[in-house]
Amino acid sequence: MFDLHGYFPMILQGMILTIEVALLSLLIAIILGLIGALSKLSKSQIARSSANIYTTLIRGIPDLVLMTIIYYGGQIQLNNIGDYFGWDYIDISPFIAGTLTIGFIFGAYMTETFRGGILAVSKGEIEAAHAFGMNRWKVFVRITMPLMVRHSLPGFGNNWMVLSKSTALVSVIGLHDMVYNAGVAGGATRQPFTFYLVVAMLFLVITGVSDFGLRWANRRFSVGVRRA
Amino acid sequence: MDYEVIFTNIHLYIEGLWVTIQLVFLSLVCGFVLALPIALLAICRSPWIQIFPKTYIYFFRGTPLLVQMFLIYHGMGQFEFVRESVIWIVFKEAYWCALIAFALNTAGYTAEILRGTIEQTPFGDFEAARACGMSKSTMYRRIILPGTFRRALPAYGNETIFMLHGSALAGVVTIVDLFGAAKVVNSRHFVPFESFITAGFFYFCLTFIIVSLFKKLEFRWYAHLRPRKV
Repeated sequence: MFDLHGYFPMILQGMILTIEVALLSLLIAIILGLIGALSKLSKSQIARSSANIYTTLIRGIPDLVLMTIIYYGGQIQLNNIGDYFGWDYIDISPFIAGTLTIGFIFGAYMTETFRGGILAVSKGEIEAAHAFGMNRWKVFVRITMPLMVRHSLPGFGNNWMVLSKSTALVSVIGLHDMVYNAGVAGGATRQPFTFYLVVAMLFLVITGVSDFGLRWANRRFSVGVRRA
Repeated sequence: MDYEVIFTNIHLYIEGLWVTIQLVFLSLVCGFVLALPIALLAICRSPWIQIFPKTYIYFFRGTPLLVQMFLIYHGMGQFEFVRESVIWIVFKEAYWCALIAFALNTAGYTAEILRGTIEQTPFGDFEAARACGMSKSTMYRRIILPGTFRRALPAYGNETIFMLHGSALAGVVTIVDLFGAAKVVNSRHFVPFESFITAGFFYFCLTFIIVSLFKKLEFRWYAHLRPRKV
């Protein structure tokens, strides 16, 4: 059953693309999540409400629909704006659209995770940092951020697992990731089940490896925590 | 922006909405029925029994729903014996394939939620039930499972919303659900932004309806935790 007719390298190529999309969108999600969490906790009413709108909107609409809105619709809107300013035709590649959308979606989930993490940092530690004369930026970088990482790591891990599986959706907008390649190979060999099963296994490898890495990170960042 | 096209095609969206609601509801019900025995097997002490539910949960939680759906929709046709047997009536229809994939998927997630909450049951509950002379099945039916469902409610609400969002994948395999309707409108009139944003709007409303339903349920089921009115 597992005769892959020489298509395995193609699937592996797709896997590399899947991992690229996942890591890049994770980066975007972390940046957006940090910005979102800080604005949710900021004193400014505008920052708070815009972050709230962002997280509610994103979490209310399916990722697939958001992706098509950005990929198909975003292109048209962008070119409408471009026409107005006299730009050349802008072509959003599916790679950029997919990565941006996934990053954008999981930025909303990361916002909630990071917000929880920041709230879990005990006040005394922040007060102590202020007492040492650190300015707000230093307090954030040296004290709040490392502690936040510890508290938000479990949620972060969950988000990453969901994110890495969401990358399968980029095949719908025509990116040649491993699901797409499996479809091609399965169509050519008339063995779609075999190829999709291989892809499923490769996804299990990705989640398995990340589980391992996350456990390591969890141990590393909880060194100072006493356990019963 | 051209929303006139959307209004003339609104019936497509309404039909799609109905299909989406059907798919989500049916897969949640089937998934829950499947999840309960899986969760009960997963809390068995014997490692030989545990291995089956654990593998099931691991597979369905570890792989994308899209791949699971393709495995069933595209994959089942690979096998001669499936194509020649009666069950091909089921597997050749995109609707049933999507429904099966969704149900199996949500069963995996729900089983994990239930397993976690059954394990969280305070030991006193078990002890008290046994002290009352209940048999194992009575104990689970009357004491453990009702408590479990109550504790699982918030997590299950999230799972319901995930299922709603996942159900958009049905549009990929030619089913005209909400997302499928948006695809049809887009391909007929080429209004990608308007058509998909309309679908997004419907999904958004559905999400909020589900959230408020679960809030209501939580209000009822957690009545004992409410501060008492004096």
